[in-house]
Amino acid sequence: MSVASEHALVIGSAARRRSTLAALLDRQSVFSWLIMAPPLLFLAALVGYPFLYGILLSLQHRTVGHAGTFVGLKNFATNLRDPVFWQVAANTFVYTGAATVLKVIGGLSLALAMNQHFRMKNLVRALLLLPFIVPTALSTVAWLWMLDPAFSVVNRLMVALGWPRPGPSWLGHPGLAMFSIVVINTWRGLPFYGVTLLAGLQTIPPELYEAATIDGAGGWQRLRWVTLPLLRPIILIVTLFSVIFTFADFQLVYVLTHGGPQNATNLFATYAFDIAMGAGQLGLGAAVALVMLPALALLIVALTLYMRRE
Amino acid sequence: MVAGRMLTRHRRRERVVRTWLPIGFFLALALFPFYWMAITSIKPNAELYNKNVMPLVVHAPTLKHYIDLLTETNFLVWTWNTMLVAVAATAISLVLGTMLAYPLARMRFAGAGLIAMTVAAIYLVPQPLLFIPLADVINRLHLGNTLTSVILTYPTMLVPFCAWLLLGYFKTVPKELEEAARIDGASRLQTMWRVILPLCVPAFVSAGIFSFTLSQNEFLYALIFLTKSTVRTVPVGVITELIRGDVFYWGQLMAAALLGSIPVALLYSFFVEQYVTGLTTGSVKG
Repeated sequence: MSVASEHALVIGSAARRRSTLAALLDRQSVFSWLIMAPPLLFLAALVGYPFLYGILLSLQHRTVGHAGTFVGLKNFATNLRDPVFWQVAANTFVYTGAATVLKVIGGLSLALAMNQHFRMKNLVRALLLLPFIVPTALSTVAWLWMLDPAFSVVNRLMVALGWPRPGPSWLGHPGLAMFSIVVINTWRGLPFYGVTLLAGLQTIPPELYEAATIDGAGGWQRLRWVTLPLLRPIILIVTLFSVIFTFADFQLVYVLTHGGPQNATNLFATYAFDIAMGAGQLGLGAAVALVMLPALALLIVALTLYMRRE
Repeated sequence: MVAGRMLTRHRRRERVVRTWLPIGFFLALALFPFYWMAITSIKPNAELYNKNVMPLVVHAPTLKHYIDLLTETNFLVWTWNTMLVAVAATAISLVLGTMLAYPLARMRFAGAGLIAMTVAAIYLVPQPLLFIPLADVINRLHLGNTLTSVILTYPTMLVPFCAWLLLGYFKTVPKELEEAARIDGASRLQTMWRVILPLCVPAFVSAGIFSFTLSQNEFLYALIFLTKSTVRTVPVGVITELIRGDVFYWGQLMAAALLGSIPVALLYSFFVEQYVTGLTTGSVKG
């Protein structure tokens, strides 16, 4: 064999190798997994690993700066015996339930009001969304000032209208503090419901309303028998979505009350923060946070399956 | 004619009751806190803390609170940090989100369904579930009090979000374009980079705006990872440093809250349509 032909052979096989490599890379599965590898590794390292590590932490007696010792389910048992834990659990459910009901009803009213013809509609919609887009900690600080014990503008207006001085202690009285954080959470979340439900309303064909009117249906009946049934899927998605993040809310409560007075507004997230970051009990705090998992997992699975079906 | 005029008057009254009354109520509710923020920030202390002055208007406006905020606190540093973090986290999330969404939207391979479900589920995991173990991870990596800590952790929420939003858009690009490129000899990577992605710019804009907004809004991770004043972001700086023991700080605090809201509000005013579209695709945290 001559040198030249040997040379040609080598080039030929290199080209063939290159083409088999290219062909391999061109296979849908190979290409897909290669390109998904970096984001998947990233999520595994910073979501998957912390998640599993959190479970491990919850089974340890672990304080800041010390090595952990395995204690089994002792942290969970400690929590279940603690009346504050039960108060926190009750608070979280009351907060989530009350705020969700208010947001669904208010959001539906907002969407119905917006689903009419009027001037400057786009401007109105843009302005109504502001509470939702502005950083929550910053808008919540405005509410903190509006409900200030000494200079609350709400109380000054109420007193001007004849309410006895000094007016309610919005964040200082346990029951009122819960009421206040529910109202402020509603204020922030309402535009999300309103705008999403409005988009849903706009997909309902007008002929359905015309047909209902011809059949003699009044306004309420059209709402009950046309609007609500057709809007149900979108109401369900929006509500599940918002329940997940209301249930695990942190910053609004942290800014307004820090969970006080006397734990009256302490939620799972703020309580876990207190224990882990305030008291340095990482294991116990991780256990508090993990208590949210069953409810959250149920909601997340339900929503994921539902969105997939849609 | 008289009957006609009565009808229009009746119509107009009905219009006020049915349309402008509820709209006005919702607008007042949504905007009053911002109005209160704005006028508080320009009231002199003598006016702010005097209960005998009518509170709803400003009598002697002043910029003192703004000047104090910019000269006596780290507010400008926090603003710079917030911008840097938001831009970096958004860029990372767009790149990684695209890498995740593209195969899920356009390739057929075993396990695609499972990965899509996992991404959706991760998107719905709220931070309070992860912050304690994450804090420990950040400590072990010696990233405490660095902006890297939040630039790395914000994408844990933003990557699944971007992937989810982009996935829907990637699916809408017609298969024929891809096939034509393939027949012309383009590899899968070339097809993606040269043919499909350039058609998806609107989706990148939407995902980018949302990621930027969510980064500006993030509070819990920044609160835990950033404890030194010079590395803080605006929300955390404002809440931890500007709320002080004494009473007379509200003017400065409201000035900070207003200034801190402006970047997001400005971006939002330019892209309000994309924002609403993104929101109604059912893919934003509420």
